[in-house]
Amino acid sequence: MFSTQIDAIVPMLCVTLGALASMGAEAFRARDERMPIGILGIVGLVSAGISAALLWNRNTESFGVIAADNFGLFVTIVLAIVGVLTIMFSSQVLERDGLPSGEYYALLLFSIVGMIMMATATDLLVVFIALEVLSLSVYVLTAIRRDHLPGTEAAFKYFLLGAFSSAFFLYGIAFTYGVTGSTRLAAVGSFLSAQSMMNNPMVLLALGLLLVGFAFKISAVPFHMWTPDAYEGAPAIVTGFMSTGVKAAAFAAFARVFLSAFEPFKDQWAPVVAVIAIATMVLGTVVGVAQSNLKRMLAYSSIAHGGYLLVGLVAANQIGKAAILFYLLAYSVTNLAAFGVIALLGTRDKANDSLRDYAGLWHTRPALAALMTVCLISLGGLPPTAGFIGKWYIFSAAVSAGYYGLAVIGVLTSVISVFFYLRVVVMMYMADRDGEPVQARITGLGMAALAVSIAAIFYLGVLPTQVLDLAANSIATIF
Amino acid sequence: MLTLSWALPFAGALLLLLIGNADGRRDGLIRWLALLVSLLSFGVTLALWAGFDSSSAELQFVERAPWIPAFGIDYYLGIDGISLLLVVLTGFLTPIALLSSWESVEKKVKEFSIFMLALEAAMIGVFVSLDLFLFYVFWDAMLIPMYFLIGIWGYDQRIYAAIKFMLYTMAGSVLMLVAILGLAYLHSEATGSYSFDLLKLYTLDIAPETQRWFFLAFAIAFAIKVPLFPFHTWLPDAHVQAPTAGSIILAGVLLKMGTYGLVRFAFPLFPVAAAEFAPWIALLAVIGIVYGALVAMVQPDMKKLVAYSSVSHLGFVVLGICAMNVQGVQGAVYQMLAHGVSTGGLFLVVGMLSDRRHTRLIAEFGGLKNVMPRLTAAFLIITLASIGMPALNGFIGEFLTMLGAFLWDPRYVVAAGLGVILSAVYMLWMFQRVYLGSVTHQENTTLPDLKPREWASVVPLCAVAIVMGVFPTLFLAPMEPAVQRLVAQVQSVQPLRVENAVGQRSKVKGQKSGRMVQVPGTTSQVVGTRSQVAGTTSQVPGRF
Repeated sequence: MFSTQIDAIVPMLCVTLGALASMGAEAFRARDERMPIGILGIVGLVSAGISAALLWNRNTESFGVIAADNFGLFVTIVLAIVGVLTIMFSSQVLERDGLPSGEYYALLLFSIVGMIMMATATDLLVVFIALEVLSLSVYVLTAIRRDHLPGTEAAFKYFLLGAFSSAFFLYGIAFTYGVTGSTRLAAVGSFLSAQSMMNNPMVLLALGLLLVGFAFKISAVPFHMWTPDAYEGAPAIVTGFMSTGVKAAAFAAFARVFLSAFEPFKDQWAPVVAVIAIATMVLGTVVGVAQSNLKRMLAYSSIAHGGYLLVGLVAANQIGKAAILFYLLAYSVTNLAAFGVIALLGTRDKANDSLRDYAGLWHTRPALAALMTVCLISLGGLPPTAGFIGKWYIFSAAVSAGYYGLAVIGVLTSVISVFFYLRVVVMMYMADRDGEPVQARITGLGMAALAVSIAAIFYLGVLPTQVLDLAANSIATIF
Repeated sequence: MLTLSWALPFAGALLLLLIGNADGRRDGLIRWLALLVSLLSFGVTLALWAGFDSSSAELQFVERAPWIPAFGIDYYLGIDGISLLLVVLTGFLTPIALLSSWESVEKKVKEFSIFMLALEAAMIGVFVSLDLFLFYVFWDAMLIPMYFLIGIWGYDQRIYAAIKFMLYTMAGSVLMLVAILGLAYLHSEATGSYSFDLLKLYTLDIAPETQRWFFLAFAIAFAIKVPLFPFHTWLPDAHVQAPTAGSIILAGVLLKMGTYGLVRFAFPLFPVAAAEFAPWIALLAVIGIVYGALVAMVQPDMKKLVAYSSVSHLGFVVLGICAMNVQGVQGAVYQMLAHGVSTGGLFLVVGMLSDRRHTRLIAEFGGLKNVMPRLTAAFLIITLASIGMPALNGFIGEFLTMLGAFLWDPRYVVAAGLGVILSAVYMLWMFQRVYLGSVTHQENTTLPDLKPREWASVVPLCAVAIVMGVFPTLFLAPMEPAVQRLVAQVQSVQPLRVENAVGQRSKVKGQKSGRMVQVPGTTSQVVGTRSQVAGTTSQVPGRF
């Protein structure tokens, strides 16, 4: 009895234990003692991943608010992968920048706990708690370099706007509760579909407020203002983590809330989300073209990718839902690897994240340049990479739902995005270095993480069948 | 066998990737290895030809394995006579391109060879894919190595040219992607399952309105690749800035993908829309023929001249395709091969001159026949081939396309004929300025003539040009059944251009102006089937 109650939260427990262990280790660490705290986190995340795999197809539920259905588990596994890769990239960064590793890992793991919770929550209030857990950790992570002013500024901005959007979200929950008398998604859904509520302004208000809250977290236009600043100010690897983990978790919750509880109102929200998707894709790519800082550029690119994911949400058919999952995985691995390269190339005094810093990288570090190129090609959506299959999947969802316009805008913006991804490639391969070559020392662990990511990018790009099937199975159980 | 044809160069590229060559010590080894791999691939393509049954219109060497079953995507390869010859052309030109860069490419030889082989793999993949998804994967993947080839090893404006090339081509091809997805979706609407299988999609019954949109999406993608006027502006940049090997491949094979796409995909998939748009496309083709020729005439840069001549020559190919009769399409395919050989050759020789003098300006040369008679002879043969001199390859293709176009609508032929004359003007004029007369520049007096390596690359091209001109049947025979089948398939649903025995007049544009011409052997079968929107290949007309 008891064991079945907690089954669904086992992945979260694993990560939480990892986080607590990290904190404990940091607390009992002698001042100059070096401790492989990251390993604790990796253990926690891997066991979370394994337990998620074991829970597959079991459809367990804990306390009525956490559901370990395949959808949530798929996202959990994605998050575990994101976490492990982030830790692998981070180890070098922490040592180089002299960051407090125990605190860093603990915060990272706690935010992953929040993310997993968000992806599996079936109660709006739990979604909100999860949102806060993950957000608070990420705010601090953004400013983890205390001596770094842009980081502090970014965190502050992120925090203020994030708190604001949380308030919106909570307000939306309040209205939902007011109308339906419940915060459980299933109850809300059945209430809304049973009653003829179509003209109830309260429901629309609740819907709108929740939409704002989610749109903020996935940095959809026009709620994206914080993204470029926060992404540019945070340490590169934290940015990578934010742009993948937070987005994956927020999208999972977004899809769950809007495609289950508010499914009856699809006709109301779909046009709005479609407009947001278009605006997000267009703005993300067009403004991305003008950037000269690589982190900022990838920030806009991640905004645009959020737009593609929204296309899948608008399509809202079986393909669309599965496409969101697949795209999240493909995008997470790719984007994290790209930020990983930026993180690995930085030095303590210099972030090396402007476009010029990449000039001639090919001559000094051919392997790194090649790996970065693969990431960029995948982000641009060219075959034979994960990004291509992801985009293809998303756009076939749009086409099969009849949204040809969205698909056309999507593919055209992805051509524009290729332009700015190629600017980096041009820098690395075709421009000559005018200053000193980048003096970064790159550890084996970082390279290993890159190698794993690249292998995953090609695996998902060439033999996507298994993962596609998994994604298709994941959505079968809930919606 | 078909897998081998693209996987061999790809494996070669991977193999080269593993060879350490940071300091350039192993450049020689890498060059030889790359050449060996490309020659082996050429051998494979020749073996395909040897094993090919020329009397059959069926797809041969078919290989099929499920790839992404949930969406009906298969790893599905097969060739007919049309793709066979293009595959052989690819196999033939790649070793020549590698030879051409033997000395001119000095930096990063390993990466250069890798990209060349990867490019070859992708190009062959495009020609042998019968699954639209697979085709698209190869089609897009091909851009990446080409982008690097232009961008890294090109001339001064290489970065601009590389990006322009990439964005132009991608902009067209992504729209095609949407149309491909739409097709697969229509298939699932009709049959309940997704499919990207070309042969199944041929039989789809698509509403004319939808056909128009999808046809436009496909046609624009291919028109950019061809390039058809007015989508040609990327080509002079890309051609001029690309290294010699890149130009050879670009002109020789890449441009053919556009025309191949029209023949293989755009026309047979959307026959009704194709019939509607064909006159307009033909008009653009004719404009391209004349415009390309006129612009070529005034170019001071040899490479640019050859690039614009490509615009002109490919206009003939498109014209032949638009005619959509057996002569026209056969001529078009023949012209693709001929253009690949002769323009590849032109770029090769221009590249040799440019390697020697580091300039491509016509004004910098003059009287070269006194200094390098052998190179001059080779250039003359290729020039004559390019302008369509009888007994050389260009003639057959141009003649057949114009014959086909004449049967369709003689007016196009008048303009196209003008292009033939103009091409003689600009090519011979360039020849005269570069090679004839006396040596005007002191630097040119000491230029060396052909080296053995250059012999090895020029002679096969000249030989093939002559063989193609003298024994056209050798190349026409294998493609004939495939072309007939294609024409029958397209015509069966659009007898719009065929004089209709029942006397129904079509509403299609241009039809009123008396351009209803009887296509030999097709009339009886196609009369009155206009309403049937499906690629029923059963109505194969009599042999041509």
